[in-house]
Amino acid sequence: MKIGLILRPLLVLLLLALVLRPEWFLPLFAPLAPQGAPAIYARSSLLSLSLSHLGLVAAATLAATLVAVSLAIFVTRPAGAAFRPLSRTIANMGQTFPPVAVLALAVPMLGFGAGPTLVALFLYGLLPIFENSVTALTSLPPAAMEAARGIGLNRWQRLLRVELPLAFPVMLTGIRLSVVIALGTATIGSTVAARTLGEVIIAGLLTNNTAFVLQGGLIVGLFAVLIYDALIQIEAFLAKRTGAG
Amino acid sequence: MAALLIPFMSIAANRIVAGDSVLAWRVASPVETLPGVAAIVLGLALGVPAGRHYLRLGGALLGLGGLFWLLMQGAPALLEGADSAYARVSPAMGFCCLLLVLTLMMTDALTQMAPGPLARAGLLAAVLCALAAILWSGALAPLSIFQEYASRQAQFADAVLRHLALAFGSLATAAVIGFPLGILCYRRAQLRGSVLPVLSLLQTIPSLAMFGLMIPLLGWVGDNLPGAQAIGIAGIGFAPAFLALVLYSLLPVVGNTVAGLASAPAAARDAARGMGMTSTQRLLRIELPLGLPVILTGLRIVLVQNIGLAVIAGLIGGGGLGTFVFQGLNQTATDLILLGALPTVALALTSAIVMDILVELAKPIPKDTA
Repeated sequence: MKIGLILRPLLVLLLLALVLRPEWFLPLFAPLAPQGAPAIYARSSLLSLSLSHLGLVAAATLAATLVAVSLAIFVTRPAGAAFRPLSRTIANMGQTFPPVAVLALAVPMLGFGAGPTLVALFLYGLLPIFENSVTALTSLPPAAMEAARGIGLNRWQRLLRVELPLAFPVMLTGIRLSVVIALGTATIGSTVAARTLGEVIIAGLLTNNTAFVLQGGLIVGLFAVLIYDALIQIEAFLAKRTGAG
Repeated sequence: MAALLIPFMSIAANRIVAGDSVLAWRVASPVETLPGVAAIVLGLALGVPAGRHYLRLGGALLGLGGLFWLLMQGAPALLEGADSAYARVSPAMGFCCLLLVLTLMMTDALTQMAPGPLARAGLLAAVLCALAAILWSGALAPLSIFQEYASRQAQFADAVLRHLALAFGSLATAAVIGFPLGILCYRRAQLRGSVLPVLSLLQTIPSLAMFGLMIPLLGWVGDNLPGAQAIGIAGIGFAPAFLALVLYSLLPVVGNTVAGLASAPAAARDAARGMGMTSTQRLLRIELPLGLPVILTGLRIVLVQNIGLAVIAGLIGGGGLGTFVFQGLNQTATDLILLGALPTVALALTSAIVMDILVELAKPIPKDTA
């Protein structure tokens, strides 16, 4: 993990520089651009594209988390137990739908723009979070549940004070999976006219401008890797805390 | 379960055609639509009582039959009614909702019945045959998506083959690299510690970025390495898509190989060592057979994932069904999008089910008898 200590801040700095000061990289990208074409994407600011990209992902993941966790709580209560096998099958089969196909199928119903992207991100994000939450809530240590019942906590108190805190690390793994998929799908979202960093890559592909492709690819890739890494660190931290406490 | 279905019925049973939407019982003359509508209503009603799985399955099948009957009757009838030769008929929201509800009913009934692996394989074959029969019979030909198909028949076959070549070819390549790497990682903890994190970082890179990053890389290789261009390595096209897919496939293959080999119970391993087996013998006769289900699960993940990701190859000139999806998105031609997306979904679902069956067959002993 020593490499991580040096590498992480370096990558963050590189990402910030790529987004905020793209002109610094002109000498690097210039040889890749076709003759006379710009080497640095300037049609819209990379910062605003990044923010809109991350905003889309954050909004979709937040909504997906709320809905998926509520659903998972519902199917793990006695009242909703009848829905559990079906909902698991749906979650399982739903994940075999390619994200791109979900995006493409959302367009005929919702038109172009951020709408279908948001819906596709949301729907697709539901599945891993739901699956992990159900797994977490159904595999809690029986001793802890027994103890909670023994000290006289009612159902709500057990849910809020015992089940959810214990299940949280596993839920977070689901959220991480969903964020990673959402980041990737949002990139493709620019083919349906959502404002995301994919725009830079697509522009490069359409005009044969490898400089744009590389620039967009680097920024998106760095965002994904750093966010993934940050979520893993949070997970490890939480796991350590619940393990100790 | 019934409560879930009822609210859907009222909205869903209503219209079947977009543009000027047409109600289900108006798509053709009453004599022709009546059996279809009746079958759907009856099918839904049969699905309402919970706990009767066969009844629900029968209801779902009946309803689906009615749904397709309506579609077959409605399409030519509506086209006849329209004056223009360019009129297009396509299923609308009502059809989609009904299809969704009925498929859910069927899935639910099947989940409750929990058929064994061979029964599932039979079911899958039956469903595929029914689907093929409907498609081949030409009864749906007036629908817009099939008109789109008719004008691109050769291209379509080409794209499907290319798609399969991308998905299965990269799977095979990843398996050839991944299995030995996985076995090595399993034997050496140090190697495992450095290889797996790198592979999982690769996995997080968004697909479009990964495909994009392959372009300059392979472009450079193609330009600078003698002979590389001759075997088709170039910045855009098949090669970068293929390489990106292989990179994405490595984590599930290597990770699951390690997990699968490690899943052999310690007792079995000890017994093998006690019998005097060498480490190669132990690997081949104990660890690999016992780990097979987990290893196959890794291949399932890769296959499903690659079928989906191969769509993106359409953006970098790699061919495949993605070509239609992105052409359709550019021309805002819904049917063209569907022509690319629906076969992809069907391929992914089919291979997921087939792989699930294989995984189950590979499990040596059912848990409850062990």
